[in-house]
Amino acid sequence: MDNQVAIARAQAHYARCIDDGPLEDWPTFFTEDCHYRVTTADNYARGLPAGLIWADTRGMLTDRVSALKEANIYEPHVYRHMLGQPAILTESGGDVESETPFFVLRVTGGGPTDLFASGRYVDRYRVEGDQALLRERVVVCDSKEIDTLLALPL
Amino acid sequence: MDRLTGTTAGRAPDRSWPRSLTRVPYWVFQDEAVYRAEQDRIFHGPHWSYLCLEAELAEPGDFCATFIGEQPVLVTRDVDGEVYAFENRCAHRGALIAMADHGKARDFTCVYHAWTYNLQGDLTAVAFAEGVGGKGGMPPSFCLSDHGPRKLRIAVVHGLVFGTLSNDLPDIEEYLGEEILDRIDRVLGGRKPVVLGRFAQRLPNNWKLYAENVRDSYHASILHLFFTTFGINRLSQRGAIIVDESGGHHVSYSAIDRSATETTEYRDQNIRSESEYRLADPSLLQGFSEVGDDVTLQILSVYPGFVLQQIQNSVAVRQILPRGTDDTLLNWTYLGFESDTEEQRLVRMKQSNLVGPAGYVSMEDGGIGGFVQRGIAGASDEYATLQMGGDTAESSESRVTEASVRGFWLAYRQSMGFVPDDDAPLPEIGKHERTRVVRA
Repeated sequence: MDNQVAIARAQAHYARCIDDGPLEDWPTFFTEDCHYRVTTADNYARGLPAGLIWADTRGMLTDRVSALKEANIYEPHVYRHMLGQPAILTESGGDVESETPFFVLRVTGGGPTDLFASGRYVDRYRVEGDQALLRERVVVCDSKEIDTLLALPL
Repeated sequence: MDRLTGTTAGRAPDRSWPRSLTRVPYWVFQDEAVYRAEQDRIFHGPHWSYLCLEAELAEPGDFCATFIGEQPVLVTRDVDGEVYAFENRCAHRGALIAMADHGKARDFTCVYHAWTYNLQGDLTAVAFAEGVGGKGGMPPSFCLSDHGPRKLRIAVVHGLVFGTLSNDLPDIEEYLGEEILDRIDRVLGGRKPVVLGRFAQRLPNNWKLYAENVRDSYHASILHLFFTTFGINRLSQRGAIIVDESGGHHVSYSAIDRSATETTEYRDQNIRSESEYRLADPSLLQGFSEVGDDVTLQILSVYPGFVLQQIQNSVAVRQILPRGTDDTLLNWTYLGFESDTEEQRLVRMKQSNLVGPAGYVSMEDGGIGGFVQRGIAGASDEYATLQMGGDTAESSESRVTEASVRGFWLAYRQSMGFVPDDDAPLPEIGKHERTRVVRA
């Protein structure tokens, strides 16, 4: 299968997993020794390494989900991810680097639909057969401001 | 010319405040006139406000755009190596002098009419000052040095840059006091901080609700399950609250208690802090002794809007900026140190998951202020009650106290000029009769 198709398929399921569930499956889109980070365009451009969320194992992603379900207190809300087409930047066998623009709408409680975040996924995928797994995803948010809190992953 | 003339404190809104520090009127989070007066009396008044880190101004020409209250400010490092700060507002028509958050500049030229300022904020050139072809131009009496943004008084404490628009306050050492200085020194002294990331959180609440939250050690292990479950911060741990003499600054800290036996106090409360929750990857909580002592948590605040945090190995500064009666900007700057090993840096990255807008601990502080702001709507004649640990604003070994929250209000009503009033009206909270209308 074409890498572009494999990645687009994986991203569509990734978005659906966060938006419609089950969120517990979110870590399965990553390899075991993955890197996942949510940062801002400014930090990214300056090479500043910290993240709003920072994980270097799939276990840390599992913990993020279980913390949201069992430990953290926040007002219930839902996302709707809108993803653009992945732009394939480099391909070396099954190792693929791509970028995908996104925006995420959020509905908190009984409130309105708000534009919560826009940005791009800066990704490194491992593609095997028709399966594309994220080895690295850096979520680069365009704005440095987060409204109230970031609970669900982007 | 020294443009630092200080500010005249605006009139305090006509409000009376109960003498007891245990009562906080809800109008203080809602009243537009109070909000306006805070800009004059607190942020432009005789207080030191945090501006930025010296580490963000490493080289001459580096600048940082920040705020003192709502007021935009530029902080610079000049070629003489010194740090300067002045209002980020052109003396001509008031446009921003610099629009970028950070950058490097030889001088600043306002885009509107090209008035130019040096790195110390002095006006050095005015476009077409002589006119064109002998016509137009500024009047002969116009003197560059009479015009410029107001300059701030600056103080640098262990790499933290503070500024004030007022001359009417003591130097920073006296303002902070020895205990607070010691505790800043504990985290930042003798080490060179490195910025690891900057994030901002927009809070749907009054800035003082966040200032209270930071000083509130009572909530920390109740709202934040993470702290208690993993023993990062329990109220039963060894620790203390320090409240400075003004009340406005505080330190809360806790330490590993090597002799402690397991207590049942949390279990006995039957609160949600006891759970079976465990991490799949516990490396998040594997840290190192931050400065060679057993203190695993130190939260320090400086009145009005600064916080220095050490939560295990997550070190950050927070800047609380008011944006409206129910709108606050919280700036986070995550820090490491030049002396960090690669392993230590990795620990800081992992533990940054505890703080900031997505932090396992801090996300809840982002939401809770909004819950209060919404909860007190329609209750501007009513009062919060702060009786945990007594009614004073004194340091204590117990952290089951609201002493530092009361301290904040002691400093606040002093700086706002609210006069404590024994006769401040407290509303009767009556019981209402029930009425049921039934069809005959």
